[in-house]
Amino acid sequence: MILFQSWRQNISDFLEETGELAFFAGRFFREVTRRPFEFKELLRQCYNIGNRSLLLVAVTGFIIGLVFTLQSRPKMMELGAEAWLPSMVGISIVREIGPIITALICAGRIGSGIGAEIGSMRVTEQIDAMEVSGTNPFKYLVVTRILATTLMIPLLVVMSDFVALMGSWLVESIKGDVSFFYYFDEVFVSLDFADLIPSTVKTFFFGFAIGLVGCFKGYNCKHGTAGVGVAANSAVVETSMVLFIIDFVSVLVSDLIF
Amino acid sequence: MAQSESKKSVISIRNLKKYFGQHMVLDGFDLDLYEGESLVIMGKSGSGKSVMIKCLVGLVPHDNGTINIMGRDLDLADENDMDYIRTEVGFLFQGSALYDSMTVRENLEFPLRRHTRKFGEIDDATPLVLEALRDVGLEDAIDLMPEELSGGMKRRIALARTLILKPAIILYDEPTTGLDPITSKEIVMLMKRIQEQYKTSSIIITHDVDCARYIADRMILLVDGINYAEGTFAQLDASTDPKIQAFFKT
Ligand SMILES: Nc1ncnc2c1ncn2[C@@H]1O[C@H](COP(=O)(O)OP(=O)(O)OP(=O)(O)O)[C@@H](O)[C@H]1O
Ligand SMILES: [Mg+2]
Repeated sequence: MILFQSWRQNISDFLEETGELAFFAGRFFREVTRRPFEFKELLRQCYNIGNRSLLLVAVTGFIIGLVFTLQSRPKMMELGAEAWLPSMVGISIVREIGPIITALICAGRIGSGIGAEIGSMRVTEQIDAMEVSGTNPFKYLVVTRILATTLMIPLLVVMSDFVALMGSWLVESIKGDVSFFYYFDEVFVSLDFADLIPSTVKTFFFGFAIGLVGCFKGYNCKHGTAGVGVAANSAVVETSMVLFIIDFVSVLVSDLIF
Repeated sequence: MAQSESKKSVISIRNLKKYFGQHMVLDGFDLDLYEGESLVIMGKSGSGKSVMIKCLVGLVPHDNGTINIMGRDLDLADENDMDYIRTEVGFLFQGSALYDSMTVRENLEFPLRRHTRKFGEIDDATPLVLEALRDVGLEDAIDLMPEELSGGMKRRIALARTLILKPAIILYDEPTTGLDPITSKEIVMLMKRIQEQYKTSSIIITHDVDCARYIADRMILLVDGINYAEGTFAQLDASTDPKIQAFFKT
């Protein structure tokens, strides 16, 4: 009985949270089109996001490409299919591994940062101060950050894909003596629009989700400094969950279309 | 008080009510602030003082009652009115609330760049920033970050950020809380000087009896969500009501 009640509580909490998040997203779409536009702040946020995660994303991408190729190479050789390796690695990285790994790293790096930053602005009344200074804090803080992640995550994914393929090529060139041009030729030949379009489109959704959940958590941060930690932490956890859901839905949708 | 009633009222609150869920915070609070006066509001921690002044600038929506600021009804205010109110009403937050990602200069420029109604578009804000900093005696801090400032300095910078728009009314939320007695004294004297220099009207929320004695033209005690008692410092200090006495005997 108690178990049942706590389940009911959990489910109703979950639905409430989802509803509030949807409402928050709705507010974003209402305010994003209204003047004035905070271009300067948007640029600053884009720069911050790139600056904060570029190296991390690049290093991770490189290692993933390297490890992935090292591990699949022996099996592929056993099957006599090592000629397929570039296309297999290429498809896996571009369609799935690049986007999801990059998004997860950014959820940890950027999502939590946004949650903590906006959360501490909330508890120290900086958001209130902004409001009495004649600035719409939702527009200045939230809209710019969500736009920035939506624009920047796809770029980071493209870069991460490329670096991962470089890592993969490095293994191939050392172990199999494959030239750079041959390798990338193989990769691009095997990728068609049905691979590229859905995986690019979903990265925009990834970016949107990272910004949205981070801002949502921070903006509704409960008072007290402990609340800031909770905001940062739950931003990462919930963003990761949302990312997997988006990933799943995007596979279903692209399966239907292509 | 007869002489203050002949003056113009710049803020008038009638029957203000505010609930958080079932929790009643304000239960029919009335207030008048007259031009040029310093009105001190005292009340226990958690009695709703911060909530009340946040209702005043529309940061917290109120449930009932009317708020009138310089002839504009807050409930009926459109965007222009709101902008007017927020330029003319300065707000000093309880914890200073400086933007910690910006330098002192950027903190001060922020309201200036946003409220273009009063000063228009400003190319070089430096003279105005320096003037506001000079008022609080911290010109040297112009390029520091908030984390490099002490608590008392933060309070002064926050005051400078409020002053930069030359507001007609300033709301102070516990300007001396968390500061040592000497720094508190300095801040209070600074507030008084600003009051005289710019002829502002102010509402000061405080627990600090010394501060109240020094600065109050009139006082209101907020107890149980209403204005429990009203009068000059001397009048309230002389009262025999135990609830009033509780504020003064320390
Ligand atoms: N956003 C909120 N949600 C729910 N309750 C709130 C909220 N803000 C304030 N309260 C409640 O309203 C009451 C009054 O709070 P307020 O901050 O106005 O107190 P205060 O008089 O300013 O106290 P202090 O002197 O400690 O600053 C408190 O009981 C507080 O719990
Ligand atoms: Mg307070």
